[in-house]
Amino acid sequence: MRHTLAVLVENRPGVLVHIAGLIARRAFNIESITAGYTEQADVTRITIVVEGDNRNLEQVVNQLSKLVDVIKIVELTAEPSIERELALIKVKARPETRSDIVDIVEIFRAKIVDVNRETMVIELTGEETKIDALCEVLADHGIVEMVRTGKLALSRKPGAAKDSE
Amino acid sequence: MKMTGAQAIVASLEKEGVELIFGYPGGQVLPLYDALYDCKLRHVLTRHEQGAAHAADGYARATGKVGVCFATSGPGATNLITGIATAYMDSVPMVCITGQVPLSVIGKDSFQEADITGITAPITKHNYLVKNANDLPRVIKEAFFIARTGRPGPVVIDVPKCLMTTTIDFDYPETVRLRGYKPQAEGKAEEVEAVVQALAEAKKPLFFIGGGVITAEAAPLLRRLAETQQIPLISTLMGLGAIPATDPLFLGMVGMHGTVAANRAVMECDLLVGVGVRFDDRVTGLLARFASNARVVHFDIDRAEVNKNVVADLAVVGDLRWSLAALEAAMADFAKAGGPSRWEDWRCQVSRWSQEAPLGYQKSDEVIKPQSVIEEIDRQTKSDAVIVTDVGQHQMWAAQYYRYQRPRRLITSGGLGTMGYGLPAAIGAQMGKPEEQVVLISGDGSFLMNCQELATAVEHRLPLKVAILNNKVLGMVRQWQKLFFNQRYSYTTFANGGTDYVRLAEAFGATGLRAERPEEMPQVIAKALATEGPVVMDIRVCCDENVLPMVPAGAPLDQMINGEVK
Repeated sequence: MRHTLAVLVENRPGVLVHIAGLIARRAFNIESITAGYTEQADVTRITIVVEGDNRNLEQVVNQLSKLVDVIKIVELTAEPSIERELALIKVKARPETRSDIVDIVEIFRAKIVDVNRETMVIELTGEETKIDALCEVLADHGIVEMVRTGKLALSRKPGAAKDSE
Repeated sequence: MKMTGAQAIVASLEKEGVELIFGYPGGQVLPLYDALYDCKLRHVLTRHEQGAAHAADGYARATGKVGVCFATSGPGATNLITGIATAYMDSVPMVCITGQVPLSVIGKDSFQEADITGITAPITKHNYLVKNANDLPRVIKEAFFIARTGRPGPVVIDVPKCLMTTTIDFDYPETVRLRGYKPQAEGKAEEVEAVVQALAEAKKPLFFIGGGVITAEAAPLLRRLAETQQIPLISTLMGLGAIPATDPLFLGMVGMHGTVAANRAVMECDLLVGVGVRFDDRVTGLLARFASNARVVHFDIDRAEVNKNVVADLAVVGDLRWSLAALEAAMADFAKAGGPSRWEDWRCQVSRWSQEAPLGYQKSDEVIKPQSVIEEIDRQTKSDAVIVTDVGQHQMWAAQYYRYQRPRRLITSGGLGTMGYGLPAAIGAQMGKPEEQVVLISGDGSFLMNCQELATAVEHRLPLKVAILNNKVLGMVRQWQKLFFNQRYSYTTFANGGTDYVRLAEAFGATGLRAERPEEMPQVIAKALATEGPVVMDIRVCCDENVLPMVPAGAPLDQMINGEVK
């Protein structure tokens, strides 16, 4: 089973490496990991998706909790939360296929952020499955390259992760 | 107060009550050594940085205080690694201060540069690369707090040379503020209540104690609890000494080289109460069969230990001084109402096992049996020396045949199993406990790994005694080759009959003594104990002796090789 964790950490150099290293050396598999600033300048929020059973998850959380730079860990898998990924996809676009691609982009409510004579760059935010679906359709046109952020997640509860029990 | 970064480090260490530092100078840590030159702190120059780390570790284990060591950048710092990892695996409080190249050249592959915070991340409780000299007092305050609280462990502080010469306004903080680190001494009362319930329901309860009991200074509490409730106990290697070896309720060490009684008790018990243990694989054997008839209770300060290896039915997370006291209080009525008498049959059963299958070996008049050396040391030191060991067969015999009466009486590398640990750790222990008799029990293989530290012992005229159980082979590896590799003794014999340890000792300025015949051995030990300064005993033991009983790696605890030897 996949678990999504929101990990609030001190915003210090090397902290991401430390977190990722700990998970890796304890032999747990990281599916995705994203990090960025939060509303507090000295706090970084890392969203980690790990694969494993509940006992594995308990170990990951307990081991991570031991790191002095980890302020709080909230498991978001169990609670209603917004989950998003961002993808930038560069796809082959000849004049005769362009309108097709524009149609697809509209259906997916994605955005065309760059066009040149041979390619277009499409931006899409959404759940992982939606991005997968768009990629599948665009594959027919030929994806030149793409980049995805990995999952970001935010609880729908009124409070903040930093305040939760 | 204005001072340099180096002076601020020294002043901070003084504020933390540090008395003794083990270290080795070098280019990038020179300003700190310069500051040491005119302060009251005592510094011990070891002959290798690994020796400094192990000495700080031995000092910490013997005294319960935080061990401190210094090293320079790059190779100096990487030489500490084995010592840091050893301390980490056994939860030993340590603060290591390493020099680093100046900030301006970090990341340029500068001379003697190594990313020591990166390298030590997996083997430290926490580490710091200090970037601003003004942070030094705060960082040192935090480091000591982290090292000694909660589950103790080593902390590394990497200090670029330029910070040591920067002038700062020294002000030592009174308190520590760490958002992510708040060790909880007290756990939940209802968790303790659940354990009381489980004990009341149990027919065959068993205490399983580990190094955490000693670290938490909870041994007297545990002993009182076990005696009031009349519950038998078994111990890990790290827990030896928490309960006197001669206590009738104590069944000895459990695991790969544990006693028959201890291993049988684990397989038979219906409630196993782990206290300050981490269910290491050397203890559990085959996990699926470990304590398979029992509900498992786990007392520990580290939540991450619960369910890591063995799934616990009940857990009490918190400082053992809190949790054992809470358990004792909650069990008081049970004891008064005669509850423990229900376990009479169980107690009789386990003590019968102890009598039926005591530890034993074939005695000899022809060759010196290594076990007999430990027994003789035990006799002559009245079971009250601080015993330090290296790693291998001698370590297991020292665990089996010395009768530890008190905590902090056995100092040994349990988790990492570090050969070469013994001599520097013994130096640290002896310096921390100058009034105690420290005896290092080593093997010829282990001793050679850090024998240069004899120079340190000689320099300080330490009354340290070293007994090398010299069998001219790497005994434990050879034992595995004998039992599991068809006696193919691949590279485990020292060529030319090994090293002459008497002359080695003399070369360093220590006293060397040798025993080759069984009748010489007791006199040599007596002479060593009566001789001033460091003494090395080269005790020539037979090479074909095995540590028994033995549970093969990965087998269940009731599959013991030769468990019934008389």
